[in-house]
Amino acid sequence: MERYRKKLGKLEALTEKPTHYCQGCEHGELTRLIANAIENLGIRERTVMIDSVGCSVLAFEYFNIDHIQSPHGRAPAIATGLKRVRPELVVYTVQGDGDALAIGLLELMYAAIRGQAITVFLVNNAIYGMTGGQMAPTTLEGQITTTTPYGRDVGFTGAPIDASRLISTIDGSAYVKRVSLAISELETARGKAYSIKNILEAKQAIENAFKVQMMGGFSFVECLSSCWVNWKLPIMEAKRFVNERLVKQYPLGTYKDNFGIEKK
Amino acid sequence: MTERVYMKGNEALAYGALKAKLNAYFAYPITPSTEIPETLAKEFGSQEYPDFKVFLQAASELEAMSMVMGAAAGGVRAMTATSSPGFSLKQEALSYAAGMELPFLVVNINRGGPGLGNIAPEQGDYFQMTKGGGHGSYRLIVLAPNSVQEMASFPKIAFDLAFKYRNPVCIAGDAFTGQLKEDIMFPYIEPTAYDVSSWAVTGAKGREPHIINSMNLDPEAHTKHATRLDQKYGIVQRSEIRYESYLTGDAEIVVAAFGITSRICKSTVNRLRREGSRIGLFRPITLWPFPYDEVRKLAEHANRFLVVELNTGQMVEDVRLGVEGKARVEFFGKVGGILPREREIEERLHSFAEEAVIA
Repeated sequence: MERYRKKLGKLEALTEKPTHYCQGCEHGELTRLIANAIENLGIRERTVMIDSVGCSVLAFEYFNIDHIQSPHGRAPAIATGLKRVRPELVVYTVQGDGDALAIGLLELMYAAIRGQAITVFLVNNAIYGMTGGQMAPTTLEGQITTTTPYGRDVGFTGAPIDASRLISTIDGSAYVKRVSLAISELETARGKAYSIKNILEAKQAIENAFKVQMMGGFSFVECLSSCWVNWKLPIMEAKRFVNERLVKQYPLGTYKDNFGIEKK
Repeated sequence: MTERVYMKGNEALAYGALKAKLNAYFAYPITPSTEIPETLAKEFGSQEYPDFKVFLQAASELEAMSMVMGAAAGGVRAMTATSSPGFSLKQEALSYAAGMELPFLVVNINRGGPGLGNIAPEQGDYFQMTKGGGHGSYRLIVLAPNSVQEMASFPKIAFDLAFKYRNPVCIAGDAFTGQLKEDIMFPYIEPTAYDVSSWAVTGAKGREPHIINSMNLDPEAHTKHATRLDQKYGIVQRSEIRYESYLTGDAEIVVAAFGITSRICKSTVNRLRREGSRIGLFRPITLWPFPYDEVRKLAEHANRFLVVELNTGQMVEDVRLGVEGKARVEFFGKVGGILPREREIEERLHSFAEEAVIA
């Protein structure tokens, strides 16, 4: 851990505390990437994170910035309240698919509808992680979870929500991007290697999202992630599942870029 | 500088909040509280209230209350108002906010319940406001005005208490105090400056991060947090009791009532005093902290209490706790928006009925 940390270099936007995230979970990558973006943009002293309920609930221990804890699903509303009274701040949430797309769909959609200048990072791993693997709004058809033990039957539950497509249809949203945080395996002449192309794309998207917020727009980055513990798959198979199966249901790409931030 | 005005309770409350330097209001319309956001929307942007910087209509009661939390975490004077069914929806945020020690004002213009009930005055949210309402061990500070005059002056008191104790404060109106129009001298309100630098979320510039949080996974840490909150509530109970005690010095009979009901009871007390009865009125102004000690002292000379409420018996339980069995405590309640008449209260006093009567 120490060696790894040294290699990556210390970031002022992160505390020294090791995260509680499961080994192999992309929450670790996301934490690092957000902290990187905060440092690159030089906004640590005016950035506030709204901590949602779910696996990101302990993020206040990891980001060396101001935090407000939120009830389940209400993070975009808390962010809105803070941003309206302190518009000079950069405010972001990290929310899971259950938090943002089930109990908090109204709060998410209305933040977008108002074009509220905040950033929402959605971690879509197609399951409720923290509570132990129940069906999420993004659970795939046929996917086995603890509340769909025979596979998700969309005839009963409705079909999975495509959050990026949904948010991009709202006039008020300015930047909507879907990325994958899962590294992919490559077969090379010298054997197996790992590609971090996805991570580099996510890194750029996260920076862009903050920039769009600072330009006055609502930005949304959906991060496809794995949850090998609740999917009951080995780590690398879970990552493969993200890059082969999840991306079919949830295609990667830029869904909206009103400010043309990606061309700048 | 005071000014003579003729206005509704809800309007007076809105102006009272503005004069106490309200910074942010988050709205959701519900009858009979809607004149509060409507008045504020009208004044939003006016040069007279330069501190009133944010007015935003939310998409739900939950959203409005969560926005208030976000604004309060930013260290400004934030508020919202609602009425009973909406107040039920506020409970989630109120529990969080008490745990997170956020100062703000929430106004509940009590109407008929349970459920959709009706839009007429009731006081049936007494339990919900004073005993918790949301999950976990916490308290709101609850102020009950009984006139348009007090609707105007209480927001400033509420903000002072909220920032002094870093706790949500509730103003408990009802459809009567909200809708009643009275000719009043609008009080002069001197806004207080609050120091929020030690906790407000403003960006961690040149200081350690401020973390506004209600979660402690470690049982020891949670115990410490809950104990500290409890000690704070203890200080509030010892320091912030407010009540009106009217002609109770020699009273053998005490009529206890809060809010609009207390004014009807006052007329009854005056009338019976003229007839020679040793009767007085006790009116809690802080519903929490409840003035138990004062009730206990009254029970040293009064042998009979009649509690009059617009519900089926809620504050009467606190009066019983305060009396400690030393006097007889009776109840007279009305619901659905029908107010007790002076004569009915008098008849109830003459009846000596053991059982609670809901007429």
